[in-house]
Amino acid sequence: MTPDLSPDTAPAPGTAPQAPVLTVRDLNVVYQSDPPVHAVRDISFTLHRGEILGLAGESGCGKSTLAYAINRLHEWPADVTSGSVTFHDRDGQDLDLLALGREQLRRFRWSKLSMVFQGAMNALNPVTSVRAQLEDVLTTHRPGMSKQDRRARCAEVLELVGVEPRRMNSYPHELSGGMRQRVMIAMALLLDPQVMIMDEPTTALDVLVQRGILREILRLREELGFAVIFITHDLPLLLELSDRIAVMLRGEIVECEAAETIYRQPRHPYARRLLDSFPRLTGERGAFLRDDGQAAPKTVRDTTPTGPGAADREQVRSDGGVR
Amino acid sequence: MTTLEVRDLVKEFTLRSGLRRTRLRAVHRVDFTLVPGRTVALVGASGSGKSTVARMIARLEKPTSGTIAAVGPDGTRIKDRHYRDHVQMVFQDPFASLNPFHSIEHHLARPLVLHGRAKGREQVREQASQLLERVSLPVELMDRRPHELSGGQRQRVAIARALAPGARVIVADEPVSMLDVSSRLGVLSLLARLQREDDLAVLYITHDLATARHFSDSILVMNRGRIVERGPADDVILTPQHPYTQTLAAAAPNPELRGRLLSSEPEPQAASDRHHLTYDHEAGRWIDIDAATDSDAAVAG
Amino acid sequence: MTSLIPSSSGLEDLPPGAEPGAVPAPASTRRTGWRAMLPSWTPKLAVGLGLVVAIALFGLIGPVLAGDPDTIRNISLTAPSGDHWLGTTQTGQDVLDQLTHATRGSLQIGLLVGVMATVLSAVFGVIGGYVGGIVDEAFSLFSNVMLVIPGLPLVIVISGFVPADQRGSWTIALVLAVTGWAASARVLRAQTLSVRNRDYVAAARVAGEKPWRVICVEIVPNLLPVLASQFVFAVIAAILSEAGLSFLGLGASNSSTLGTMLYFAQNGFALQREAWWWFVPPGLIIAVFGCGLALINLSLDEIINPRLRRPVRKRAARAASGSSRNSAVRSTAA
Repeated sequence: MTPDLSPDTAPAPGTAPQAPVLTVRDLNVVYQSDPPVHAVRDISFTLHRGEILGLAGESGCGKSTLAYAINRLHEWPADVTSGSVTFHDRDGQDLDLLALGREQLRRFRWSKLSMVFQGAMNALNPVTSVRAQLEDVLTTHRPGMSKQDRRARCAEVLELVGVEPRRMNSYPHELSGGMRQRVMIAMALLLDPQVMIMDEPTTALDVLVQRGILREILRLREELGFAVIFITHDLPLLLELSDRIAVMLRGEIVECEAAETIYRQPRHPYARRLLDSFPRLTGERGAFLRDDGQAAPKTVRDTTPTGPGAADREQVRSDGGVR
Repeated sequence: MTTLEVRDLVKEFTLRSGLRRTRLRAVHRVDFTLVPGRTVALVGASGSGKSTVARMIARLEKPTSGTIAAVGPDGTRIKDRHYRDHVQMVFQDPFASLNPFHSIEHHLARPLVLHGRAKGREQVREQASQLLERVSLPVELMDRRPHELSGGQRQRVAIARALAPGARVIVADEPVSMLDVSSRLGVLSLLARLQREDDLAVLYITHDLATARHFSDSILVMNRGRIVERGPADDVILTPQHPYTQTLAAAAPNPELRGRLLSSEPEPQAASDRHHLTYDHEAGRWIDIDAATDSDAAVAG
Repeated sequence: MTSLIPSSSGLEDLPPGAEPGAVPAPASTRRTGWRAMLPSWTPKLAVGLGLVVAIALFGLIGPVLAGDPDTIRNISLTAPSGDHWLGTTQTGQDVLDQLTHATRGSLQIGLLVGVMATVLSAVFGVIGGYVGGIVDEAFSLFSNVMLVIPGLPLVIVISGFVPADQRGSWTIALVLAVTGWAASARVLRAQTLSVRNRDYVAAARVAGEKPWRVICVEIVPNLLPVLASQFVFAVIAAILSEAGLSFLGLGASNSSTLGTMLYFAQNGFALQREAWWWFVPPGLIIAVFGCGLALINLSLDEIINPRLRRPVRKRAARAASGSSRNSAVRSTAA
């Protein structure tokens, strides 16, 4: 991947440009509580093959609800009130995910579209070995597979995510958090999915471990060509990792642009504010600390405008335009 | 004005598995001073022992050896009985550090009463509302309970609670890592403002190098219980010397470095012989804290 | 710790219509203060409370209205009729009159034992769990020993040792409490261990609170749902054990309870003579009361373990918190 991505370039090298794999149209999700909460509003986007789409937003903005609804994992009182989710299969077939029956859905879920949840490393069963849990997925979804093939496939995916296959017989508690998260990613890779939704996969992990996992995700995308929807509140991470970024606010996508564009010229004030919430490691020192709205002493260096009302004001960023 | 002196702090935990006992050294000979009006950041990955240092300063854990002393403006050591009047802590998770059963007023009133800052219902309420104002919260929140507040508001209450005894030294253990990104800067700015107004000594514990740099005057980098690098914030972040600090700095997401993920393999592992050494930017050299009790025993950088 | 007892026993003898949970709480209403600790208004809780309140009223008011249960008439074992709604016993006593007094007696013992067992379990469980170390080891060992001692046989032995004329309801209650607290202590200890490690307990210590205050003010209120559920459980167990004891003729000598009624019914060959009106009512009251308390306990469980009320309430709560979080974001943004 090259850093000079203009907004319109193809997402990943080596794949057919702009072939969509997932299309979401006017999706609405409402929590039927009292009063009803409109968690996802008229969301539309297209995910292309081999693309990493970042979904940025804060807690409560509906990003997880959206991910669950795409995969039909939402439960009552969450309710998809309107919209469509279409999956474009490799063989050219289009699947309307919202219309799938229970059995079709079960077959679809892990094999074409897999999901890594937030805190997934704690989702492993503590009393069975990693191998048993991986093979279990294969026995369920690929009943015809021979025992040897299953074992080989498990070893293969573990190697893919950078876990030594000999750790296969370990139990989850014998692995570190980062290692378990890698196993979960391996599990999501087992059936060679075309889309992978990752909901805050690294939030609970250390920066060093996070870096390792991100590197794996990028490498796997390169090798296997799957598309990723990466959900997190950590905008700098998305800016570095993803091809396009959708910024969500109160259930709506307020801006969806190439990562580079979001970084250089964010249009929506919220995207700008989110960006400004993360101080740069290498920028000018102290530029980000603002006052919190009370008794401002003179020593405060910068008064970057904040909030939606600041849309028209000049944006002050210490390192804008650095290349 | 109170200064906090941490000298040669060691903490060991005993791990028992069956009959075997192993001792785990969580903190190894940590040494620093918190001065009024200055913020020191303690940076490290999880498990580096930074929270253990915070808990020892807050007197929630006893050090295995070493001393933690609060020193008053006249240079005398503050008595243990009054230690908590001077040193207070802000916890990481504001969803856990406020008791869900009690009102906000309770959380502020108790320390006020305990430390003799206010007497009688009227005075306590008066002082509690002043505290809320100081952390930019509306006084109406007084009778609410924690679950009715947002994360940022709760953390402000937690800061107000730490100020209630009239503390001069504040230990903030990852005060913003559990908050929504948009409220993080507000809370950090609040801490910065309070520090200026009250001339507080602040220990800011974090895993985020970027905020550490912008928010603090000097930085201590901790790895496996040891301080591996120390110095003014800009020096440590911009010219890291210790391999661990370099790895840490390289791991932080940086939009300027798009596309490096694939090309770059793990950062330089060179100078691995220096893993047990500390680089001191002010002294401009490597220091071996194990070599001698006298920290002058230096190794050439 | 004494402050808990009124609150937990308050679940027991709630005046009708005034029970705090009776007010239907729509999702939008904010539940604050003590209200948030109360179970939500579910059919389960409604039926449970209804049964318990009805029987409690029967035991409280019944004896005032009823005649003297000891009046002996020469109408032995008459079936229910207009004069004697529930018929008479072998010695011509009115079963309904007896039933009211017996219900009151059983409730008294149940309440007494419930309070005593809860206090004992709170002392051993909460203090042991909070203090830790050697105290915890000792308290745990003690409650484990009490746990493995088979309850009813021990009760029989103790009751056997106490001479019948000194065997008042207090003695029986004490014996039942001493044999019945250990399981609750284990539960409370486990809960205390988890609450003790919460940050707010650490924060209270940093603020300089004394240990007893940390326990009473910071920890115990958060254990209230558990305490209440353990109390309800203790009451059920006590009423059943007391009935068992009395049935065996080892009960309190000076009081009449549902167990003594059954004992006399058994002695009077009620079953063989098909005098169902003599043994069915006390049995039914025990069963219905136990059922009511069990239903209340299930509702209390839902507070302790919110997962039990999934999916409806949890998702709604999440959505609601999501929206409040959003507005909070907005307010900090401004």
